[in-house]
Amino acid sequence: MPKKIVVVGEQRDGVLRKTSLEVLGAGRKLAAGGGVLEAALVGEGADAAAGELAAHGVAVQQVNGAAGAEAVSAALAWLVSEQGYEIVLLADTSMAKDVAPALATRLNAALMTDVVQMDLGADGSLRVVHPIFTGKVNAEFAVQGRSIQVLTLRPHTVAPAAPDGTTGAITKHSWTASVPPRAVVQEFVQSAAGRVELAEADIVVSGGRSLKSEENFALIEGLATALGGAVGASRAAVDAGYQPHSRQVGQTGKVVNPSLYIACGISGAIQHLVGMRTSKVIVAVNKDPSAPIFQNADYGIVGDLFEVVPMLTEEIKKLLGKE
Amino acid sequence: MKIGVLVKQVPDTETKIRIAADATDIVRDGIKYVVNPYDEFAVEQALKVKEQVGGDSSVTVVALGPPRVAEALRTALAMGADRALHLKDEAFEGGDTMTTARALAAALRLEAFDLVFAGKMAIDDNASAVPGAVAVLLDLPNVNLIHAFTLAADQRSANVRRRVDGGEEVVSCTLPALFTCEKGLNEPRYASLTGIMKAKKKPIEEKTAADLGLAADTVGKAGAGAQLVRLLPLPERGACKFIDGDAQQQARTLVQLLRNEAKII
Ligand SMILES: Cc1cc2nc3c(=O)[nH]c(=O)nc-3n(C[C@H](O)[C@H](O)[C@H](O)COP(=O)(O)OP(=O)(O)OC[C@H]3O[C@@H](n4cnc5c(N)ncnc54)[C@H](O)[C@@H]3O)c2cc1C
Ligand SMILES: Nc1ncnc2c1ncn2[C@@H]1O[C@H](COP(=O)(O)O)[C@@H](O)[C@H]1O
Repeated sequence: MPKKIVVVGEQRDGVLRKTSLEVLGAGRKLAAGGGVLEAALVGEGADAAAGELAAHGVAVQQVNGAAGAEAVSAALAWLVSEQGYEIVLLADTSMAKDVAPALATRLNAALMTDVVQMDLGADGSLRVVHPIFTGKVNAEFAVQGRSIQVLTLRPHTVAPAAPDGTTGAITKHSWTASVPPRAVVQEFVQSAAGRVELAEADIVVSGGRSLKSEENFALIEGLATALGGAVGASRAAVDAGYQPHSRQVGQTGKVVNPSLYIACGISGAIQHLVGMRTSKVIVAVNKDPSAPIFQNADYGIVGDLFEVVPMLTEEIKKLLGKE
Repeated sequence: MKIGVLVKQVPDTETKIRIAADATDIVRDGIKYVVNPYDEFAVEQALKVKEQVGGDSSVTVVALGPPRVAEALRTALAMGADRALHLKDEAFEGGDTMTTARALAAALRLEAFDLVFAGKMAIDDNASAVPGAVAVLLDLPNVNLIHAFTLAADQRSANVRRRVDGGEEVVSCTLPALFTCEKGLNEPRYASLTGIMKAKKKPIEEKTAADLGLAADTVGKAGAGAQLVRLLPLPERGACKFIDGDAQQQARTLVQLLRNEAKII
């Protein structure tokens, strides 16, 4: 049973986020076999992002006039009803965490958040996998019994869609909120420029307690910068004040899912592992060959990180600098 | 000020998670249950506001779940909450985030809270979905992931801070409203001995689906749009490939492998 599917795009400073293209990639798979796939963008200043989505061969519904999560979810609910979409896909970003539950509630839809795998059966049955118990086990769900299903997809689980040589039409709608916003952003303090966001990063280099100081984290920063990645940290490093909590990976920090995760001087406690073990490739640098991190790594270097990490940075620079 | 807190009881973070034989649940024997850690921040924040505002302010903790959930409510009462609502009905079992939210919203609606706090995520189902749904059902504005909370002097709005992708927001929100709590918001207090003694005398009111005016086919498994099929073990990672040599050789070999074998850089 082919479905009518919409991918909700997200933009920041006018630029389409990469996670939106991942969701588009997931949407294409669901739409294969006769389904309809479109994209939606809600909010001001989204012209460029709409153009980019359209350039990937999908029709784009662009809704102007909604600002703030409450209005965005209301505008999206209107659009989904208006267009008769049956499956709504979003990337599991902080925007989606604000919008998806509200959207599903307004539509009386079924909701699954933080999905890492989705399959649409020929009979129209939707099966998804969502990690539970902080990533200690996966759970498969049948999402059914509602005419609309809302899913949010964990970043990095699906390759971003590439342009397919066709261009979709962009349809503009305007939407007026029926009530003034009740929650208003007064101030936005942007993360330091040039910093790659941990949850979005394709490569994460993390350091642990063994770094011994905030200054020494420059080693980790150096490797991360050479790779164009983000910096992460264990809780022990965060508790010691070497790194802010926003960089903590693990059960009480962030869950990351990059292509490459490099753990430097991190023992690999279960609470850390649950935050990074779905990474595609894991490298561990640790001086203790029996450290549990090695049981969860693809490549292991037994050695002193203070020697190995600078060498690695040099080698990476040599390799990537040549290109 | 009337403050409500959503409290979920979950297996302790230290729990060894094992899949039960029929693969539809984890092995529940011997599990120690606790208040969801993020809900402890929610309870603490509610108590702080109550202490700040004074007067006849009250904190009501609300949980949906089986009989054992009363322990979590008792813990919150011992921390200082005034009363508790326990949504307890076999019909609630097997529900999803939406059925849970509908039942919780039905209970909260009876109370007309000025402020509702919840956790950012339950550490068992990892959904981060229930509070946002509750807010819509109650027509409350909702700000998620707050790590700082300041009540305005006129008590009609609050200023909060939260981290989102790309930076940090300062948000002002009119009350009544629902907020979800992130680590860093506060340090949850421990229940004192007198707190524990007092909690024994505090009321836990029980509500069934019928008490809340909810039809049986809208709650629990019958009303759920997402049904658990089975639990799956995590995919195994192959054995770790150890790289020999001195630091320089190790670094060179690794970069080669990442480029030519893993094809990741
Ligand atoms: C409820 C709870 C929640 C938690 N949440 C998290 C979380 O979100 N994230 C998290 O990370 N942890 C979390 N933890 C803590 C976790 O249990 C570990 O204590 C923590 O991850 C350890 O950090 P670490 O690996 O940096 O330090 P350690 O365990 O002290 O390990 C240091 C490692 O560095 C190695 N080493 C030392 N010097 C060098 C060197 N010169 N070169 C190379 N290797 C070296 C050592 O061999 C060792 O393996 C949590 C714990 C609890 C109880
Ligand atoms: N059964 C429940 N009883 C009470 N509160 C709940 C329940 N389920 C979820 N919540 C609240 O919603 C938050 C987020 O949970 P979840 O959406 O399940 O990740 C929790 O931290 C609780 O505050």
